[in-house]
Amino acid sequence: MRRYLLGRLVSLVLSLVAASLVIFAVIEIVPGDPASYMLGLKASAETVAALRTQLGLDAAPPERYLSWIAGMARGDFGLSYTYKVPVSDLVAQRLTVSLPLAAYALALTALVAFPAGLLAAARRGRIADATVMGATQLGIALPNFWFAMLLVLVFALHWQIFPAGGFPGWEGGIAPGVAALTLPAIALALPQAAILARVLRSALIETEGQDFIRTARAKGLTRGQTMLRHALRNAMIPVMTILGMQFSFLLAGAIIIENVFYLPGLGRLIFQAITQRDLIVVESVVMILVFAVIVVTFAVDLAYAAIDPRLRRRA
Amino acid sequence: MTLLAVRDLSLALGQTPVLDGISFDIAPGEVFGLVGESGSGKSMTALAIMGLLPVGAHPRGQVNLAGRDLLSLSERDLTRIRGRDIGMIFQEPMTALNPMKTIGDQVAETLLVHRAAPRGQAQAVARDRLARVGLPADRFSPGLYPHELSGGQRQRVAIAMAIALRPRLLIADEPTTALDVTTQAQILDLLAGLVREEGLALLLITHDLAVIAGQARRLAVMQKGRIVETGATEALFRAPRQDYTRSLLAASDHRPVRPVRPAPAGTAAAAEPILSVRGAVREYLLPRSAPFAPHPRLRAVNGVSFDIAPGESVGLVGESGCGKSTLTRAILGLDPLQGGTIRLGGSDVTAGRTMSPTLRARVQVVFQDPYGSFNPRHRVDRLVGEPFHLTGRPRDADARIAAALQEVGLDPADRHRFIHEFSGGQRQRIAIARALIIRPDLIILDEAVSALDVRVRAQVLDLLARLRQDHGMAYLFISHDLSVVRAVTDRVLVMQAGRIVEEGPTGQVLARPAHPCTQRLAASTPTIPADWKEPAHAP
Repeated sequence: MRRYLLGRLVSLVLSLVAASLVIFAVIEIVPGDPASYMLGLKASAETVAALRTQLGLDAAPPERYLSWIAGMARGDFGLSYTYKVPVSDLVAQRLTVSLPLAAYALALTALVAFPAGLLAAARRGRIADATVMGATQLGIALPNFWFAMLLVLVFALHWQIFPAGGFPGWEGGIAPGVAALTLPAIALALPQAAILARVLRSALIETEGQDFIRTARAKGLTRGQTMLRHALRNAMIPVMTILGMQFSFLLAGAIIIENVFYLPGLGRLIFQAITQRDLIVVESVVMILVFAVIVVTFAVDLAYAAIDPRLRRRA
Repeated sequence: MTLLAVRDLSLALGQTPVLDGISFDIAPGEVFGLVGESGSGKSMTALAIMGLLPVGAHPRGQVNLAGRDLLSLSERDLTRIRGRDIGMIFQEPMTALNPMKTIGDQVAETLLVHRAAPRGQAQAVARDRLARVGLPADRFSPGLYPHELSGGQRQRVAIAMAIALRPRLLIADEPTTALDVTTQAQILDLLAGLVREEGLALLLITHDLAVIAGQARRLAVMQKGRIVETGATEALFRAPRQDYTRSLLAASDHRPVRPVRPAPAGTAAAAEPILSVRGAVREYLLPRSAPFAPHPRLRAVNGVSFDIAPGESVGLVGESGCGKSTLTRAILGLDPLQGGTIRLGGSDVTAGRTMSPTLRARVQVVFQDPYGSFNPRHRVDRLVGEPFHLTGRPRDADARIAAALQEVGLDPADRHRFIHEFSGGQRQRIAIARALIIRPDLIILDEAVSALDVRVRAQVLDLLARLRQDHGMAYLFISHDLSVVRAVTDRVLVMQAGRIVEEGPTGQVLARPAHPCTQRLAASTPTIPADWKEPAHAP
C-alpha cells in the first residue's frame, strides 16, 4: 500500500512539472504582448519597454519560468495586468463560488445517478430500465444551458423559489449562497447524472454476468443482495473514474452556466482573461486547474485502492 | 430412501429443447456422477435443480429434495434452500470468488445470509470450515483476498462456502476441469472425504469418465439433453448397454496409430535436430520491494536442455507453474532468454524483430483455448492464411487455404464463415490448419486438446497423427494430461520448478517413473481400472 501511494505521489509531482512546462511554453508562443495591450494603442515604445521591464517580461524564458514556479510555491501568482490586483486574490475569490458549485453539482449527480443506475440494472429490460435509459438519453442530448433557462423560468420566475441569477456571497450566511447555487448546480448535474447513471448501469450489468455472482446466488443470496453486496463494489471502478473526470470538468467547465446565472466563477474569469490578453491570469488559473485535476486523479487512485484489494500491493 | 429425486425434467430455451425427460435419484451420502460432452445438458440439469436457470427458462417436471418439489417453490423460498440444503461449486475457481472480499467474509456470508449465526460466530465457523477444506487459519488467514491464492486454493474456498451450513447435497459442476492433475487429485480427495465424514450427497458433473470411475458409485450418461444410460458405475463401465456410452469409453483412452519413424541413428539428416535447446534460462522481474531497490528475479526456466529430431513427437508435462508455458514462449521467439540458446533448424531463435520471418515460419503453435485464439471479426480464410505474412502470400493462397481446411476435415467452403459459427472441436481444427498451412518443421501444441470433449479429442489426435505421417513435422506436445501424452508422443520431458527432472521414451517413463514429480503426476492421473474395460477396449 505504501509503495502504491508513493508511486502515485511521484507521478503526481511529475505531472505537475510537465504541465507547468507546457503551459509556460504555450503562453510564450501565443501572439500578443501584454504590456502594449495594457497600455493601449497610443502608448510610446519607451513606455511599453518600461512596463515590460517592470513586469519582468524581458528576462530570459528559463529565468521567467523559474521565478513563476518559485512565486507559485510561495502562493504569489503575480499581478493581473488588467485588474491590477494579485492573481491569488482574484482566484481565491472566484473559487468561493466555483468550488462549492462543483461540489454541490457533484453531490446532486451522485444522488440522482446511483438510485437511477441501480434501478435500471435491477430491472434490466423492463419498464423502469427503459424509462431510466430514455431519460438519461435525453439528459445527455439536451444542452445544459437549455435546462438552465427552463429552471429559471419555472423555479425563479414562475414559482420564485430560487433566485434567477447573481451571487450574494457567503457573508450573508450559508442559506442565500446555497439558494443562489441551487439552480446552476441542478443544471450542471442533470447531464452528468445521466452519464453516470448509464455508466453505473452498464458496469453493474457486466458485473452481474460474472461467475462470482452465480456463486453468491448459489449461497442463497437474492438478486437484490448480489447487486448491493457483490456487484456494486465491483462496478465502482468505472464509476469513480467518471466521477473524478466530472469534478474536474465542473470546476472550470461551468462557464456557460455561470453566464446564464451571472455567477462570478472561475470559468468566467478565464474567459475574460483570455479575451483581454491577461496572460498572467490565464497562466495561473490554468495551472491551478491542472493542479486540481491532478489532485482529483490522485484521490481517485486512492479510492481505487480502497475499493479493490488487487491494487493494494503488499506494503 | 431418496434425498433428491429428479423426475421427467424438461426444459426448452426459446425453441431449442435443452433437457428432455431427465430422471434420476440420489440417496443421502451418495456420490452420483453425471457425465456427458459439452452441450449435453449436464450443467443445465444442475442449474435447474438450484433454480438458477437463465431468466425466461421454465423447466417442467419435478425436482424433489427430501419430499419438496423445488420447481414449484417461489424464488423467495428457493433462496432459503440454496446454500443451506444444497451447495454448489463451479468449474472456474479463478473467477468464482468476489475479488473485492476476503475469503473469510465470503465463507461467513453463507451463514449470515441464512441468519444461521451472528456476525462474530459466523467468522469463527468460517475459519473452522476453511480449515476443514485444507486452509487452516495459521497458514491461510481468512483475511486473504482471492487473488492471493492459487486456483486449487480458490476452489477449496468455494467448497468451504458451499459446505458452510452442512448442506445435504453438494453439486460440483466440473470442479477440477480447470486444475492440473495433482491439484485435481487433492480436490477430489477433499470432496470424497467430505462425503465420508459429513454425510453429504454429491452430484459430480464431469466430462471425464476417469474422474467418475474413481469417485461415483452410480452414474448417468447424458447426450443431447437426455439420459441415455444410468447404472452402478462399475457395471456400466464393464458392460455399457448403449452405443453412445461405448463410444465415449473408447474415445476416453483412444490411442491413434503413431507413425513409424525412420531409425533416428545412422543417417545424417536424423542426427541434426530440428529444435535444440541448450541451458535455456528465462527470468521475470518481480515488482521492487522499495523504490529504486533492485527487482527480485524469478527464474521460470532454469537451465533447460533438450533436442527434438525432425518428425519426432515430444511431450512436455508438469504441474501448472512449472515453466512449461514460459519455455514455449521462448521457443516461439516471443520472449528473450537470459541465458543459453535455442536453435531452430540450425539458426538461433531470438525474440522480437531480430528473428527473421523465414525462421519464424519454421515453427507454428496451437493454443489451448479454441474460443480465445481467433480474431472474431476475421473470416476463416484470413485466419488460416495469417502465417503467409511470414513467407509472402503465394499466388495459390486461396487454393492452399482450401486444401488446408480439407486436410483437417473441414469443408473448403467454410473459409467464408466467421469463427463463432464453429464448435470448439472445429475451431481447434481451424487452429491446426492455420499452423499447418506454411508447412512448418515444428508445431507446438500447448494444451491443444485439453478443452475438447473426449470424442472430439480422439478425432483431433488422429488428425495430428495422420498429419505427422503425411508431412513429417515434429510436435512438441505440452499437456498436464498424461493419458494424452502417452497416446501421442514418442518421448517425454517432465518439468518441475523450471528444470527438466526426468526424460525418456514415453512408455518407459510413465510406466516406471523415477523422479518424485513424475511419480506424483502418474499417481494423480485419474484412470479407469484396467479390468473394468470391455475386452474389445483393452489395449
